[in-house]
Amino acid sequence: MSALLQRSPKKSDPAPTKARTAKGAKGGGTGRRRQENLAAYGFLAPWFLGLIIITAGPLMASLYFSFTDYNLIGDHQWVGLENYERMLTDDRLHSSLRVTFVYVFVSVPLQLALALALAMVLDRGVRGLTLYRSVYYLPSLLGGSVAIAILWRQVFGAEGLVNQLLGFFGVQGPGWVSHPDYALGTLVVLNVWTFGAPMVIFLAGLRQIPRMYYEAASVDGASAVHRFWNITVPMLTPIIFFNLVLQIINAFQTFTQAFIVSGGTGGPSDSTLFYTLYLYQRGFGSFDMGYASAMAWLLLMIIAGFTAVNFLASKYWVFYGD
Amino acid sequence: MATETKAPAPSTRRTRSPRTRRLLIHIGLIGFGLIMLYPLLWMVSSSFKPTAEIFREPGLIPWSFTPSNYTEGWQALQNPFHHYLLNSAIVVAGSIIGNLIGCSMAAYAFARLEFRGKRLFFAIMLATIMLPIHVVIVPQYILFAQLDWINTFYPLIVPKLLATDAFFIFLMVQFIRGLPRDLDEAARIDGCGHVRIFCQIILPLSMPALATTAIFTFIWTWNDFFSQLIFLTSPDMYTVPVALRTFVDSSSQTSWGPLFAMSVVALGPVFGFFLAGQRYLVKGIATTGIK
Repeated sequence: MSALLQRSPKKSDPAPTKARTAKGAKGGGTGRRRQENLAAYGFLAPWFLGLIIITAGPLMASLYFSFTDYNLIGDHQWVGLENYERMLTDDRLHSSLRVTFVYVFVSVPLQLALALALAMVLDRGVRGLTLYRSVYYLPSLLGGSVAIAILWRQVFGAEGLVNQLLGFFGVQGPGWVSHPDYALGTLVVLNVWTFGAPMVIFLAGLRQIPRMYYEAASVDGASAVHRFWNITVPMLTPIIFFNLVLQIINAFQTFTQAFIVSGGTGGPSDSTLFYTLYLYQRGFGSFDMGYASAMAWLLLMIIAGFTAVNFLASKYWVFYGD
Repeated sequence: MATETKAPAPSTRRTRSPRTRRLLIHIGLIGFGLIMLYPLLWMVSSSFKPTAEIFREPGLIPWSFTPSNYTEGWQALQNPFHHYLLNSAIVVAGSIIGNLIGCSMAAYAFARLEFRGKRLFFAIMLATIMLPIHVVIVPQYILFAQLDWINTFYPLIVPKLLATDAFFIFLMVQFIRGLPRDLDEAARIDGCGHVRIFCQIILPLSMPALATTAIFTFIWTWNDFFSQLIFLTSPDMYTVPVALRTFVDSSSQTSWGPLFAMSVVALGPVFGFFLAGQRYLVKGIATTGIK
């Protein structure tokens, strides 16, 4: 505010005033509107360009490429639905879908449940709230990095930290990241570990629930469990919904962790072959751009489908007040 | 502390004093926090241990302290590690500048101006937030390959300048909508054009949103692996994540010490920005979650 007040004397600069009144006088209301239209498109010019060149254009192009056979070097050839037909019989694709779905449906609910639980504990006016919040939030900033994936590879390795600790109890743990039954689990743990971001959002949501609801409920003799299910959860449903949509979309796109932990292979025996990792292998390993584009569109459809279902279902469980 | 917890122990659960309760909550929270952070702390400590000890010593104290992992790791790849740090810094700086300019301009139009197609464009902008990069990466790669931009930083920076990180447009729109309108109305009556209102009123008042954008852009770009892996394939152009990746692939069991050391170096700047800007980070995610 004060910065603005200091600046205000400069505004009486006469030059733009003249230009403005000269234009405004002629066109009247419509002139001003036209001018605002022009100004808006000017401000949006970079975004328009980006939309056409970087986002929407490539989106359409990838739809086109998904009907072609293209390896970057030669010309692309129209092959119709062939790429999509190949997807029906591609076992690695099916296994990558299975891996990704298991990951999404196990790790997202666990992550959100943990985030909500801790947000509720912290919301009780605990001293040192900001410190706790920061400590819990830190992993979500680091979790997507290559460095943390490297750490995970060691921690869950055959002689890693986890097995060293288990050794104290006389347990000989397996090489978690190199065992097909456990490798995906280590990545689920990694995703749950980054519960801090949704926790912060839950905390902000909890803050907005009026205290008097709880007080009134307490006076009426409602138990803590009752208050949770009948006040906290309904009031928080918009936030739960927001976190759910966001985390599902994120989880479907997991790449870095799986790539680093498996050394880019998606192993052992494809147990961490995430959909995006397989897409990368097809597109940028074997330069099968047509097939990769078809895969990309399937991913888009899956994510869009889930988001749409989420939005439709939200009518029945999300409570937006009255 | 121990005596305090013990004193009310004989009483039943219901009558536990609020003080004990609070103490128990704190013990729980601290314990949980320690478990969460333990791998990180252990990584930092291990980066000062000889490699053999990393695989034997789950404790946090580097008994045979040595900085040699750092000197060794710094020179382990084709270029010294500061080469990759510099590359990452260039990409990050370009991305921050790009996002600040591109997204704030678009946000001003959406938040303050009336124009034809506004609702449609706003809806499109929101939809692009959810668009997975994997869907557009193949044509983008083909496009940038034709422009001869592979192995340059342009494919990583130019899109930011073109406001393709729509999340930040949304964040700034939300913020600018919260600014009192009388300020720009007054400026308009004084004859200010949109460019001046934007530069001299909206931008200075939007510093918190700009700071949030800068910090998030820093952290996300610094950590970003997927697009850097695709667009940077020559070792001279590698950024930190891509360099670390080649380090993992080339290293045997014996070089985990240097690998840990360089991973700690890679996480350092993110941690620094986190400490410096946590107020903005927390606010940023909280305000986009709730209107």
